[in-house]
Amino acid sequence: MIEIKELKKAFGDLSVLKGMNLTIPSGQATGIVGPNGAGKTTLIKTILGLVKADSGVISINGKSLNGDWLYRRNIGYMPQVARYPENMKVYELLNFIKGLRDQDAVYEEELIEQFALQTELEKPLRTLSGGNRQKIGATLAMMFNPDILFFDEPTAGLDPRSSHKFKQRVKDEKADGKTVIITSHIMSELEQLVDYVIFILDGNIRYYGSMKDLLSESKEDRLEAAIARMMDRDSSEKPGIKNENSLKSGQAVPH
Amino acid sequence: MKLLNHIIQNEWKTLIRGKWVIGYGLIFLFLTDSLLRFGGGGSETLLSISNVMLLFIPLVGMIYGILYIYQSREFVELLLTQPIDRKVLYWGLYLGIATPLMAAFIVGAMLPLIWHGVFAFEVVSSAMVLGLGGVLTLIFVALGFVLGLAFYEDRIKGFGFTIVIWLFMAILYDGLILMVVFMFGDYPMEQFVIAVTMFNPIDLARIMVMLEFDISALMGYTGAVFNRFFGTSTGILTASGMLALWMAVPMWVGLRVFRKKDF
Repeated sequence: MIEIKELKKAFGDLSVLKGMNLTIPSGQATGIVGPNGAGKTTLIKTILGLVKADSGVISINGKSLNGDWLYRRNIGYMPQVARYPENMKVYELLNFIKGLRDQDAVYEEELIEQFALQTELEKPLRTLSGGNRQKIGATLAMMFNPDILFFDEPTAGLDPRSSHKFKQRVKDEKADGKTVIITSHIMSELEQLVDYVIFILDGNIRYYGSMKDLLSESKEDRLEAAIARMMDRDSSEKPGIKNENSLKSGQAVPH
Repeated sequence: MKLLNHIIQNEWKTLIRGKWVIGYGLIFLFLTDSLLRFGGGGSETLLSISNVMLLFIPLVGMIYGILYIYQSREFVELLLTQPIDRKVLYWGLYLGIATPLMAAFIVGAMLPLIWHGVFAFEVVSSAMVLGLGGVLTLIFVALGFVLGLAFYEDRIKGFGFTIVIWLFMAILYDGLILMVVFMFGDYPMEQFVIAVTMFNPIDLARIMVMLEFDISALMGYTGAVFNRFFGTSTGILTASGMLALWMAVPMWVGLRVFRKKDF
């Protein structure tokens, strides 16, 4: 379970997270959406410890993060941009990360086979295509069997076949009871993969609830249309006046 | 400790495969060899080597450090999401790239000194030149790291500062001090000159070489004052103490920035 209370972060004068409250229960598959610069990546990076929050509390499985790094043993993260040292070979990268984590890479072979990476293992990383590098990133995220998985724009560079395999794998992880968190601009992908949606706008949570409710509330049958409508409505509203079924950040729990 | 070794070894492997460091070592090998062949050998050659070293090691070290930060951005970010302490990661990355560069210089310059028989003759002086090169490498790679982390988003600024700092420390420093002293010639300036010398590791290294070889004519203004003020042995001791401090400070600043930074 991930609990976030009053999380604030500003970069210089630009306040990116404005007192965010959020609870993501264990085993929930959640999609984070929102326009560019809304704070999605900052939110994820803060949970991962890449960005240090100005104030607020983040706790994972009931333990609040205070400079301790061991909590990341339970987390797998697949970054949006996968760039690795050019001369390193794929198997060396895998071994390197295994040595860093000192955990059993239970799914290593399974994932390599699933993503058809066997032929790439001996190649230096600079010769790999973008898609294959993404797949390496996905393998690194999932091979230690962590409870919480973060995917940042996971399928952006994947061909249809790999993308399909990836989604299949994420569904399996979900069925296995993992907490899955995905950011994406591809709404159809989120429709397939997640049950809950967090819509972040301007550093606050604008909507947090199940996909089903969102669709029925907005009377749309596609997520893309529902989100677009919400964004339109916000831009036509005067700032400060919130729509009644928009959640104030204080009550952000899934309904 | 095991983790630290793991990171360092990994950096070594990728660096050696990049061949860049080997080329750097070879440059010093050929340079030293040809200086020894044509320069007559002995202390003059060691002086020439130290002149080249004082000029280039700081530049190469800083560029190397900053380039590493810029090139490995995504990789470092990925490593930061792994369950490891930032402190361990910092030392792993820093030592992993600074030590091969240091070794490349030391080995590259030492081999010709050995096979031309200079090393056996002038053990202390040779060891001092090689050691100073190593220390300067450590200092300036750390400075490059600090600059890279401080100007993480703005590479142009980062490289700009690198070049300016190098120009200032390696080339302009002594001249600027001389100018100031010339302008305020009526006042006692010795202590001031000693104090400002401490702020430049390249100057400190240069003074140490000059004191060791006892050539006051080539010492430059700061070196001459230094010599008069401290004498040879105290001078060398003071300068090495300051250099040790110079090693510690950039490394420590880099560590602090690295630990607090938002990636």
